[in-house]
Amino acid sequence: MAVISFIDAITMAMREEMRRDSNVFILGEDVGVRGGVFRATNGLIEEFGEERVIDTPLAESAIVGVGIGAAAYGMRPIAEIQFADFIMPAVNQIVSEAAKMRYRSNNDWHCPITIRAPFGGGVHGALYHSQSVEAMFTNTPGLKVVAPSTPYDAKGLLKAAIRDEDPVLFFEHKRCYRLIKGEVPEDDYVLPIGKADVKREGTDITVISYGLTLHFALQAAEKLAQEGISAHVLDLRTLYPLDKEAIVEAASKTGKVLIVHEDNKEGGVGGEVAAIVAEHCLFDLDAPIKRLCGPDVPAMPYSPPMEKYFMLNPEKVLEAMRELANF
Amino acid sequence: MTTKRHEQVGLTDAQVLDMYYYMLLARKIDERQWLLNRAGKVPFVISCQGQEAAQVGAAFAMEKDRDFLCPYYRDLGLVLVFGQTARDCMLSAFAKAEDPNSGGRQMPGHFGGKKYNILTGSSPVTTQVPHAVGMALAGRMKQKDFVVYASFGEGSSNQGDFHEGANFAGVHKLPVIFFCENNKYAISVPLKKQLACESVADRAIGYGFPGVSVDGNDPIEVYRVMKEAVERARSGQGPTLIEAVMYRLVPHSSDDDDRVYRTREEVEEAKKKDPLIVFAEYLREIGLLDEHKEADMLARVQLEVDEATEYAENAPYPTPESTMTYVYGE
Repeated sequence: MAVISFIDAITMAMREEMRRDSNVFILGEDVGVRGGVFRATNGLIEEFGEERVIDTPLAESAIVGVGIGAAAYGMRPIAEIQFADFIMPAVNQIVSEAAKMRYRSNNDWHCPITIRAPFGGGVHGALYHSQSVEAMFTNTPGLKVVAPSTPYDAKGLLKAAIRDEDPVLFFEHKRCYRLIKGEVPEDDYVLPIGKADVKREGTDITVISYGLTLHFALQAAEKLAQEGISAHVLDLRTLYPLDKEAIVEAASKTGKVLIVHEDNKEGGVGGEVAAIVAEHCLFDLDAPIKRLCGPDVPAMPYSPPMEKYFMLNPEKVLEAMRELANF
Repeated sequence: MTTKRHEQVGLTDAQVLDMYYYMLLARKIDERQWLLNRAGKVPFVISCQGQEAAQVGAAFAMEKDRDFLCPYYRDLGLVLVFGQTARDCMLSAFAKAEDPNSGGRQMPGHFGGKKYNILTGSSPVTTQVPHAVGMALAGRMKQKDFVVYASFGEGSSNQGDFHEGANFAGVHKLPVIFFCENNKYAISVPLKKQLACESVADRAIGYGFPGVSVDGNDPIEVYRVMKEAVERARSGQGPTLIEAVMYRLVPHSSDDDDRVYRTREEVEEAKKKDPLIVFAEYLREIGLLDEHKEADMLARVQLEVDEATEYAENAPYPTPESTMTYVYGE
């Protein structure tokens, strides 16, 4: 099996789906001849032409809104938002339109659109090229929110998103794009949206995460194993709707839960995960539910020491895990 | 004898009588809904009164079962021509399970229905404009020759989605008709506080396609400019922006009181140009309508509205538990 980068898995998923189904097409800024500013659509215009890989005007609400209209008609658009930070003009289209189309029409219309957006920091992107905006969308029934952390998951979940009959917001941590590599089969497979995945089995503490910080947790778990601490690591993969069963199972297994995400703490996805654990696992818990998250400041500053301060890293995660294990 | 203007634009006698029938049906459904609202039977009404000529004239220039509509909340006349019935409208007003727009989930005026080629709509204004552009894009990709109609008010033409959608359609020369129903008021805010340009149609130049302003009280004129726009769209020449100028004859909605922001004199003056009155006069002048025919048509419309009201009032509500269905595909 080939070892490829996270971003190559994204490209592979789109190429395979475009070959499989002529209704699949891409629209976004610089997705055509430039192949995307991160190169996620690299080579696709050459294979599928500018009819199916559409360089749009610079206007996010139209990128999503036009995609919604095409999806309602029966197409399978993949709308690329260049940076998750720039999704704000399209929020009305995502939340008021895509997410509600099926419900408000009593199942007459539906909207199978996939909206891809690179999120997260650690790339000197400053305030407006680093944000984690997922929590703004994880309170929206009708929408599915996916954030894979490995190339294998990225390919299988993106293919599932494209085939899904409902709108899927697909967040890709941009630091993962070239940093994270992994084995990815070249054959066709899809992974279920709405299912979390145990990335490491353990018995002493449970870490629940997604995106880049999931890898920090795995690295920390490796080190802690040498100290005799066994960490169980759950990758949420889908942020809405959450896989409650998997969260409850993972939390109950060790009785000590640490939730880790790069998005800021208050109002983040971790709060919902903690509430699920609190509702269902109170008598299994041996420690308070802990959260390690980005700080509650508006966004990530540009200056390197400030960015470093904002970002989590394996050491910070390891420290929090050790502290919980010792509770 | 007055010239038959409608023949000059390719409309037959039967068609203009049909147009008048749909205008009258829209008006009478609307009036009944206000009565039902004031009687406490339906919670909300949003009106088409004063806009029927533009809506029906526009609808007649398109092909039902071929073209697609992305309408806005006042488009009762339009959706009737595309197949919605008085019964459909009353089911929606009473929020009953059979409401074809939404199964009682949405307020009245939120039209939709796959079987009518009408895309489901929401309350945030102008979000349907990019949708229309996307449907047109899909049509081109699938090598279909339908056109897509998106309508909105003049206030809504200030929204970013109008600009973003129109620009996208202009760049890709897509078969979309942007139809602005300029009724002079965005709830209480008059046109002069909404736009600095002379006409909504002036905005088209920025998108590289024609903009036309037309008397929205005259269904024949609206039909004529719409027909040209449809032909342009179908033959690959791209979008057109049409501004139909009319007057909203009633308050914004059943919850509004327009006495606080416009004079009764202004409203009375506008009522002299009520499209129902003006068009009936034309039909009488050319001998297509007389007292007898008018009474017959009115009786037919009243019967339809009566039957629709009775049916809808007695129709079942959706079950409370159905609140939980169709969040996602099932």
